[in-house]
Amino acid sequence: MTQRSRRFAERERRELRREVLITPQPDLGLVAMNGPNDPQPGLKVEQGRVVWLDGRSEAEFDAIDHFIASHGLDLDVATEAMALDDAELARRLVDVNVSREELVRLGRGLTPARLARVVSLLDPVEMMFALKKLRARRAPANQAHVTNLKENPALLAADAAEAAARGFAEIETTVGVSRYAPLNAMAILVGSQTGRPGVLTQCAIEERRSLQLAIQGITTYAETLSVYGTEPVFVDGDDTPWSKGFLASAYASRGIKVRFTSGGGSEALMGHAGGCSMLYLEARCLALARAAGSQGVQNGAISCVALVMSVPAGSREILAENLLAAWLDLEVASGNDAIASHSPTRRAAKLMGQFLPGTDFVTSGWSVMPRYDNMFGGGNYDADDIDEWLTMQRDWQVDGGIEPLSESQTVRVRERAARAIQTVFAAFDFPAITDEEVEAATYALDSRDLPDRDRAADVAAADRVLAEGISGLDVARELDRHAFTEVAEAIVSMQRQRVSGDYLQTSAIIGPTGTVEAAVNDPNRYSGPGTGYRLDGERWERLQHLPHELDASTLDETTDAQPAVVVEKHVAMIGNDPDDVVIALGPAFAGELRTTIGGLAHHDVLEALIAGVRDAGAVPRLVRVRRASDVAFIGHDGAAIAGSRVAIGIQSKGTTVIHRADLQPLDNLELFGMAPSLTLESYRAIGRNAGGYALKQRVGPVPTVMDNFARAKLIVRTTLLHARETAAITQGAPAVELELVASEGTSRTARV
Amino acid sequence: MAFDPSADYPIGTERPDLVQTPGGLALDELTLDALRSGRLDASEMRATAQTLELQAQVALAAGRLQLAANLERAAELTDVPDEVVLEIYTALRPHRSTAEELESWAERLENDFGAAKTAAFVREAGAVYAKRSLIHADDPAV
Repeated sequence: MTQRSRRFAERERRELRREVLITPQPDLGLVAMNGPNDPQPGLKVEQGRVVWLDGRSEAEFDAIDHFIASHGLDLDVATEAMALDDAELARRLVDVNVSREELVRLGRGLTPARLARVVSLLDPVEMMFALKKLRARRAPANQAHVTNLKENPALLAADAAEAAARGFAEIETTVGVSRYAPLNAMAILVGSQTGRPGVLTQCAIEERRSLQLAIQGITTYAETLSVYGTEPVFVDGDDTPWSKGFLASAYASRGIKVRFTSGGGSEALMGHAGGCSMLYLEARCLALARAAGSQGVQNGAISCVALVMSVPAGSREILAENLLAAWLDLEVASGNDAIASHSPTRRAAKLMGQFLPGTDFVTSGWSVMPRYDNMFGGGNYDADDIDEWLTMQRDWQVDGGIEPLSESQTVRVRERAARAIQTVFAAFDFPAITDEEVEAATYALDSRDLPDRDRAADVAAADRVLAEGISGLDVARELDRHAFTEVAEAIVSMQRQRVSGDYLQTSAIIGPTGTVEAAVNDPNRYSGPGTGYRLDGERWERLQHLPHELDASTLDETTDAQPAVVVEKHVAMIGNDPDDVVIALGPAFAGELRTTIGGLAHHDVLEALIAGVRDAGAVPRLVRVRRASDVAFIGHDGAAIAGSRVAIGIQSKGTTVIHRADLQPLDNLELFGMAPSLTLESYRAIGRNAGGYALKQRVGPVPTVMDNFARAKLIVRTTLLHARETAAITQGAPAVELELVASEGTSRTARV
Repeated sequence: MAFDPSADYPIGTERPDLVQTPGGLALDELTLDALRSGRLDASEMRATAQTLELQAQVALAAGRLQLAANLERAAELTDVPDEVVLEIYTALRPHRSTAEELESWAERLENDFGAAKTAAFVREAGAVYAKRSLIHADDPAV
């Protein structure tokens, strides 16, 4: 190709094109669903023992097959469920009259290959509907990520507090240097309980350390239990289904909520997909997670999201994964945490699959801090996107689990949390958190705004947490001693939750009143419109009112005590002179309203128009049209009484037309709809052209500037201004002639 | 009053009378005041085997068989020391243990801790590991 299309070349430079899209390569596991090597679904049971599972006899079972065969299938329902054909099962998934309970019952008897095949029959909207129906907990929630590159404890606490105050039900942190873990976990414990009591916290680190922190009461949940769909990858991950299953029990025995992690693409990435599709392998993971007795999973490609989205139907496959997990009665933390794409459009499009139906945790990690400080690999959504997320919730009337918070509320809660962790550090004789750090943590953009700490001293302090067994209770005791009683009370409450173990049940979170809300006591019973979870009432009020939302009535400008711009003289006469050009004003122009939407004073606009008409050698005459607020009729009415038959019509917001009496009202000589971009020079040129038309001169159109975003930016103000113009109409009233008051004190009270 | 696993959840709010710490403190005794007066110890702030068994019943009543089984194993593990728990976890990782070593862990769980269900779980692992070359001797790196 010698010559390039400039459009193609331009598109190649867009962010999206940094990503590689590939044709499926099933032998490497790079195929979304229905891979050619996916086994035929099948189950044979002899004397209560599974002897055939999805294309393999018992003798050929790998460790995952053995585990699923022993623990993962309800053989009482298997015969009934496996006898239903794929299409029938798929139909039931989207049949509003088939209950979640019934679907879950059938799902217990289906093999992984069968599960994958059935959900692959659904299109995206059907999947979303089924997911809405099958979510375990009634109300959706969200999880936050809190980290920073300096591992600054004051900033971690402040971010955790903000996350909690914004309504996140869980907060996860991790470490750059693993020895920091106890301090990071402690910082988000203190921060979260400062922001809102009851938020569950975790620190993603190696299992032994993770368990140790949990035992000391510094964390309350773990989701680091990764599982994989093929045996070689499992073994490369240094685990087996039994070691993970045992670990799940071990966490539960210490009162720790656990969810497994899996996701499409991981087996391909790790080189052992066995020629199977992403969805089939994920179905195996999910069957395994449930077989091990996990209450839930974090799934939906997770860190492999960009790999899954490189193949055709990738987003759909990810949604299918989430749906499968819900069908298996597991809590779902549905990904959307790792960066899915360079393209914000593509990220948001992918998100809708989980956002609109709602999952137990819409993201399994929403970066509360800017991307720079996200140590989970970037963060698909971060601090910069908070207004977008809140606006999408407001647009769709959908609960994505994040609440609006004003700047002053945010600053207050961040400062309180930074002070709390400062106090804890002082009490344990850890390296001091200075007042400067507290202030920086409160107001920071990211960790670059914070002073450097002595990292060697910090990790030594972190070691002490483990060596001395400093516990959640110890932290609470010190907070209580130093006037952080409410935070201390919240931490003691979390310890009490460990004793009752209620949050070990499926989809458990702790609600605002300190009560556990889980699939057991707050189940999703969606059965059609008006049932299940609806974003309405108090919660909807709370989510719809964003801090930057304006009261429409405050958008109107006031005209109190402003000097008159024009005075009315008498009913307008029909002109006789061929150079008579009427400047026809809308009902509120220079009266009720005084500036255009572009911020120009009406007085100045009139002077410009008058000067322009005179430039052309014509004679301007000011008239107010009182019977109409539409610019076409204002202009046309003016033209009807102009001696030249030519008039300029102008609305209060500044929209202008050059009209001629012989034209249809909605036709015109020139129309200037882009009021915000019109300048006084433009108005003068409009006047000049009108004079030119009147005097039958050769007239070139006035050049105008296009601003394609003007409408999105100004349509609300346009509407409000136009409403006032319309309110100023006097039905049937004839036009009146006006006189411009001599220039003095012209004001620019523009709000635009 | 008998425990009704279908109705008595959350146990902490519906049936606090059934929940105690390992040392016998009632749920409503776990307060900031108790902390101030030195009545609380970190080792007390955990679920007992009895509590986890109640949670297993809740899971079972909700039709969650596997979660219930997990919670029953968890109940058994409450009395197993942290270090031993971590040792067993390590032993269950691939290529770490011989079949005999896994069997001896199963026996220890059964005999020392009365953890029959967890023991069966470990035995089952041993049998599959032997078939799938996941026992110590099978480690290609050894």
